[in-house]
Amino acid sequence: MESKHVHQQIAAMRQSFFDEEVLDEKFSQLEQLEGKDNPNFVEEVFTMYFRDSTAFLETIEQAMKTIPIDSIKVDNILHQLKGSSASVGANKVLKEVNKTRQVLGKGNLEGTKAGILELRKEYDSFKAKLEPYFQLKQANSVAQEK
Amino acid sequence: MNSSSGKSYMSTASSSVIWKAGGDVVADQFPAGLRVLVVDDDPTCLMILEKMLKACQYNVTKCNRAETALSMLRENRNGFDIVISDVHMPDMDGFKLLEHIGLEMDLPVIMMSADDGKNVVMKGVTHGACDYLIKPVRIEALKNIWQHVVRKRKNEWKDFEQSGSVEEGDRQPKQSEDADYSSSANEGNWKSSKRRKDDEDENDERDDTSTLKKPRVVWSVELHQQFVAAVNQLGIEKAVPKKILELMNVPGLARENVASHLQKYRLYLRRLSGVSQHPSNLNNSFMNPQDATFGPLDLQALAATGQLPAQSLATLQAAGLGRSTAKSGIPMPLVDQRNIFSFENPKLRFGEAQQHVNNNKQMNLLHGIPTTMEPKQLAGLHHTAQSMGNMNMPVLSHGSQSSQNNPLLMQMAQPQARGQMLNDSTVGLAPRLLSPMGQPMLSNGMATNVSTRNGVPENIRAPSYNPVSQTSSMLNFPMNHTSELPGNSFPLVSTPGISSLAPKVAFQEDVNSEIKGSVGFMPSYDIFNELTQHKPQNWELQNVGMMFNTSQHSNSLRGNLDHTQSVLVQQGFSTGQNRNSTVISKAMFSAGDSTGHVNAQNGNQHLNSLFVDNTVRVKSERVADAAPANLYPDHFGREDLMSALLKQQDVIAPAENNDFDFDGYSIDNIPV
Repeated sequence: MESKHVHQQIAAMRQSFFDEEVLDEKFSQLEQLEGKDNPNFVEEVFTMYFRDSTAFLETIEQAMKTIPIDSIKVDNILHQLKGSSASVGANKVLKEVNKTRQVLGKGNLEGTKAGILELRKEYDSFKAKLEPYFQLKQANSVAQEK
Repeated sequence: MNSSSGKSYMSTASSSVIWKAGGDVVADQFPAGLRVLVVDDDPTCLMILEKMLKACQYNVTKCNRAETALSMLRENRNGFDIVISDVHMPDMDGFKLLEHIGLEMDLPVIMMSADDGKNVVMKGVTHGACDYLIKPVRIEALKNIWQHVVRKRKNEWKDFEQSGSVEEGDRQPKQSEDADYSSSANEGNWKSSKRRKDDEDENDERDDTSTLKKPRVVWSVELHQQFVAAVNQLGIEKAVPKKILELMNVPGLARENVASHLQKYRLYLRRLSGVSQHPSNLNNSFMNPQDATFGPLDLQALAATGQLPAQSLATLQAAGLGRSTAKSGIPMPLVDQRNIFSFENPKLRFGEAQQHVNNNKQMNLLHGIPTTMEPKQLAGLHHTAQSMGNMNMPVLSHGSQSSQNNPLLMQMAQPQARGQMLNDSTVGLAPRLLSPMGQPMLSNGMATNVSTRNGVPENIRAPSYNPVSQTSSMLNFPMNHTSELPGNSFPLVSTPGISSLAPKVAFQEDVNSEIKGSVGFMPSYDIFNELTQHKPQNWELQNVGMMFNTSQHSNSLRGNLDHTQSVLVQQGFSTGQNRNSTVISKAMFSAGDSTGHVNAQNGNQHLNSLFVDNTVRVKSERVADAAPANLYPDHFGREDLMSALLKQQDVIAPAENNDFDFDGYSIDNIPV
């Protein structure tokens, strides 16, 4: 029962991500890749994603503080973020990345700074949602093993 | 599955056995087991891709750095079927990697990026990517990537088929381009009456199996020997695949394999004997700076007119491209990406190209069948060599080498050196000579390089030789030879005479005198032997010999030697071992000092580098990489070079066996 309850909880969380469009279908595709031999694939991917993306964002934020701002570097990192966010299905994060890149592309540094702030917010929110989800999942599967 | 080794003729495993020789065995499980190399610096994406590819049942190798990927590919030339690479990578631009792969290994490459801008996608196209995926990549997109492998193979197969109609000169080079799957249609076009008989058989079979079921056979030395023995027994005119197959009596060998091999062989022979020479018109074309698409439009035009076989064109282009700077006339190795190599059989092309290109000098490619490199053949080569333009010869310029081995070479070297100088620094040698020659030569080398994958090395050989022409004539045909050497390592026709080299060509002494212009091989053979030893790539060396030919000049002899060595070196390198070649070229050049070809050397170096690079790019850097330390100081250098070459070749060659690469044909194999 407990596990059933947790199951439901997990499923509800998951569904909410899709409803809020925090995640897109790419995420489901990743889930489909999971199998018996690697049941934690998605979690592993996200762990990697969060680790790298956090570092990327920090680098960008630092770069935006230097004078003069190295736009190319920032753009490169944003490009990286774009690819990885798209690959994991981080829908809203991806949108912010794209927006910011566009603004940067036009040479609007102030706008870029604002964009990065938004990106940071979205990313933190995303991470805050997904991490508990995976933790719960993990705990549940461990519990189930028992 | 995938038997990656590809060297076995027989499919030992039920699962896909990759036969190299021009076709993939379509195992029941195909495309499962397709060997994919995926390169992406983003670990998240890389992980996801790997998982998806595995889900498609491919055999996946992942790599997060382009340099690592490239060395993996170089070490195991036939270990992969297809490469997927990201565009933006920190250590190397994805397009650059794409070019390298196309030139060196001729594998299909799929580019990937989060960018979907038209420009980027266009860049992928022009650089020769066979597909472009936008991130996030869907697994559905990955499920179909095997089509690119099949398509490529099919085109290659076709090229081979067509190689018979080399004379027609319309080779269709790009395999990566739209697939000419409708083999029947294509085949019909290319069929030449000459080949009709065999072609028909082959074509029929091909049609049947055109759906990628071409078992690829690795033509090892022994197998090739058996093949040649069977052919000789039947008589070259009467040798038909069916009978050859019967005589050979090798289990697991299909008539198709024999047929395509025979085709290559014939081309090779033809090249040897009838190297046609085109004045290096192509040279000019080559000069084009590298573009993604072979700059030298002229070449294309030439090719179109049938003068320059597609392959040659490729080579030339490559050369030209490589040379962007070297307009001087040395068709530098194709820097251009794969385009150059896209010509399926670079080898063949070269022969053609050489002839065409080289016409300047008339390099008679030693069509002669390697086995009997007769002086006259050498002469032929001579011509080609000349036309080839000193490309190959750069090395030869060493002239000083003259050590006995390559009297021919030396000669060739001499002229070559001149030609080589074309590179940029043509020292003063008759640039004209060089240029035309150089160019063709380069192209040859390049062309061969291109095909390296398939064992193209052969092609390369031819071109390179040319430069060697004697001082006067530009290259003795080395060029021609090179073209002849179609992948089958019929290599160095000239080499036969070389004692050392396997093809014991009696040329050595005789040749020198006779061939003077044509075959400098003699000495080179020695080199070749060493070099070619195993590798199919031997032909590379052989080419070298060819190049050297004939220039009888004493000086040239010396130089030839150098050249030979260098040629060899180049040859070897051309296969894609850029490194090697550069080294060799370097070596050669240094050797050439003695005769005062110093200049040439420089030029050669350029040439060499071109050469070498041709597989990849003629980068001067390469040469530097080569660290010519070994460049055989005098003859010894050769040996070192040879071994270096061989080594390189090994890298390249191991795989070579599979397709008709010259592997099997190392000089030794060629019955003299």
